[in-house]
Amino acid sequence: MRAALFITCFNDTLFPGVGRATVTILERLGVEVDFPAEQTCCGQMHWNTGYQLEAAPLARRFVRTFGDAEAIVCPSASCAGMVREAYPRLAALAGDDDLASAAADVVPRVYELTEYLVDVLGVESVGASFPHRVTYHPTCHSLRALHVGDRPMRLLRAVRGIDLVELDEADECCGFGGTFAIKNADTSIAILSDKLRHILDTRAEVCASSDTSCLMHIGGGLRRQRAGTRTMHIAEILAAQE
Amino acid sequence: MSAPGAGRPFPEAAREALRDSQLRRNVGKATTTIRAKRAAAVAELPDWEALRAAGSAIKARTMATLPDQLERLEASVTRAGGTVHWARDGAEANAIVAGIAKANGADEVIKVKSLATDEIDLNDALEREGIHAIETDLAELINQLAGDWSSHILVPAIHRNRAEIRRLFERTIAQGRELSDEPEALTEAARVHLREKFLSVPVAVSGANFGVAETGTIAVFESEGNGRMCLTLPRVLVTVMGIEKVVPEWRDIEVFAQLLPRSSTAERMNPYTSFWTGVRPGDGPEEFHLVLLDNGRTDVLADEVGRQALHCIRCSACLNVCPVYSRTGGQAYGSIYPGPIGAILTPQLRGLDQAPTLPWASSLCGACYEVCPVRIDIPTVLVHLRGRVVREVEGKGRGEKAVMQALARVFGSRRRYETAQKLARLGRGPLGVLGGGAPGLGAWAQARDVPEIPAQSFREWWASRERGDGGGGDPGGGSGSGDSPQAAAGTDLGRAT
Repeated sequence: MRAALFITCFNDTLFPGVGRATVTILERLGVEVDFPAEQTCCGQMHWNTGYQLEAAPLARRFVRTFGDAEAIVCPSASCAGMVREAYPRLAALAGDDDLASAAADVVPRVYELTEYLVDVLGVESVGASFPHRVTYHPTCHSLRALHVGDRPMRLLRAVRGIDLVELDEADECCGFGGTFAIKNADTSIAILSDKLRHILDTRAEVCASSDTSCLMHIGGGLRRQRAGTRTMHIAEILAAQE
Repeated sequence: MSAPGAGRPFPEAAREALRDSQLRRNVGKATTTIRAKRAAAVAELPDWEALRAAGSAIKARTMATLPDQLERLEASVTRAGGTVHWARDGAEANAIVAGIAKANGADEVIKVKSLATDEIDLNDALEREGIHAIETDLAELINQLAGDWSSHILVPAIHRNRAEIRRLFERTIAQGRELSDEPEALTEAARVHLREKFLSVPVAVSGANFGVAETGTIAVFESEGNGRMCLTLPRVLVTVMGIEKVVPEWRDIEVFAQLLPRSSTAERMNPYTSFWTGVRPGDGPEEFHLVLLDNGRTDVLADEVGRQALHCIRCSACLNVCPVYSRTGGQAYGSIYPGPIGAILTPQLRGLDQAPTLPWASSLCGACYEVCPVRIDIPTVLVHLRGRVVREVEGKGRGEKAVMQALARVFGSRRRYETAQKLARLGRGPLGVLGGGAPGLGAWAQARDVPEIPAQSFREWWASRERGDGGGGDPGGGSGSGDSPQAAAGTDLGRAT
């Protein structure tokens, strides 16, 4: 079993620990991991902010870089969602038939990490041990773009020692939304303040999620408040063997 | 009255609204309650998804054949004794309504709650002609008496609480009386005021939920019964209907009659559903006028992605689930159409340059699409309109464009990207946006700490591991890494070993 890691520019630059954790999990489960170093950014920020034609070369780069991969595994629901949902539309907008057919070829091989673990490898217990109180923010793109359902929770429930607490209003957005967090900072923060209240109500040590972008926003708010709850990507918990 | 702050940038209007703790409480509580109720009402129907698909298909068919359907509707209404008027824009529609009122010697008209007439500022236009429009929907009446503007499609006074309404009524329609905060007392005060108007005013104005091309039947779905009074008691009835409200066949109503109440009020059926077909001697109005309003709709129809906004049946489910709307309320959107649907409808109806910030008034969380009874893919339309604003509206965010183009160039080459990663650690270069000294950082940092950029990127770690010189020590950069010692300690505790 081979998988190409689609790390995302965000994790690569800001949260490399998420990538290392992903490698740890996949190798532990016997997957041969490859990292195509030509990858940069999937173009999500450009696409969602309205710079759609600027995203076209990035999409072309992606399909070229990952064209031959057996499976493309991504520890980010929103970047996986970008490739899966937006690339066909982007190809149509740019009038690029080659991109359209390359995207149609690549898209079925793109998996968000928890999808790959549960659907392709068929595992729920990944041999992790993490004796801490954890709550999980499911992220909008996991739920409503990728429809990963309860896969992340199934994986977390199988972690030895974990004290997993349900998050109230879990399905609601955290308020990040990419450039929304800056362009509409006040509204973004207002949404975040309710998310933080629900997180703190769980008395969890850790708020986990499958997107570090949401976690940067949530974690930035928690740290600003000196709240004592830290954020972790689900891969970091699944990699842990404490 | 016109929407306050129409054309005002959304972020600015939102900032002001977010400070209003009364509004936050009222809108937050109301939307949370209706969200749960809607979910329960929808869960009762095993064929809900099939109904949504049917609703979407009927609307798509309607839009694809709109000119034909409108001509069929005109013929059917005319055959049933009604008169059909065509209005290119709000001014034309307002002039038609004013003309009908004057021809009937009316200096007052009573109104059924209607978004189309609010969209064209009919009340103001009539007032200028010496005709006073009286809102008969309770919430619309409240807003009218307060000189206030709607904040929700279905519950226009959602931002007000009972005590505010009591004080308002005691100042206006119930002068000299002392009311209580009980809903019964407040509605009674409104009822006493309105009953007299229902019986004496000769002309009523309504909107329409649906107009059936096949039969010429017009439908109004409502909760309070004031609509039924307006639709049956006055001698003359004028209905202003957006051209997208036509449905081809009578049987299509079956689908929408199930979708609309459950999505909007979370009811299996709304209390009052009125259908009428033209006029009938001795039964209801003697004259019926249907004003078919374009006001930008055919322009929307020309946009292949954006046109699905015209499928909207005005249920307001998307408002109630929206994380943005449920915090800012409706007035921040500067339009009678607030929330996610407003963010895609208003810029298209008015022109992108008139509401260029609205397509960004969303985190793209997708909750709106999930609940939409006619499956309007609002996030896709939002992103599409963002693209159109960037490409078509002059002078829109020149600085932002430069940053985006610089980033596109960086991501376009592995070498430039890897160099930018190194520069970012020093807080420099185009990727400095991630770590510091970048435009927008101030907005980010006002309530959120900024993550530190770790000393080693993932790709550097991978390369050193491939070379066999990696693995020593902790290179940092877990997702919980931060600048406080507390957070840093936590990260080490949580990291895989």
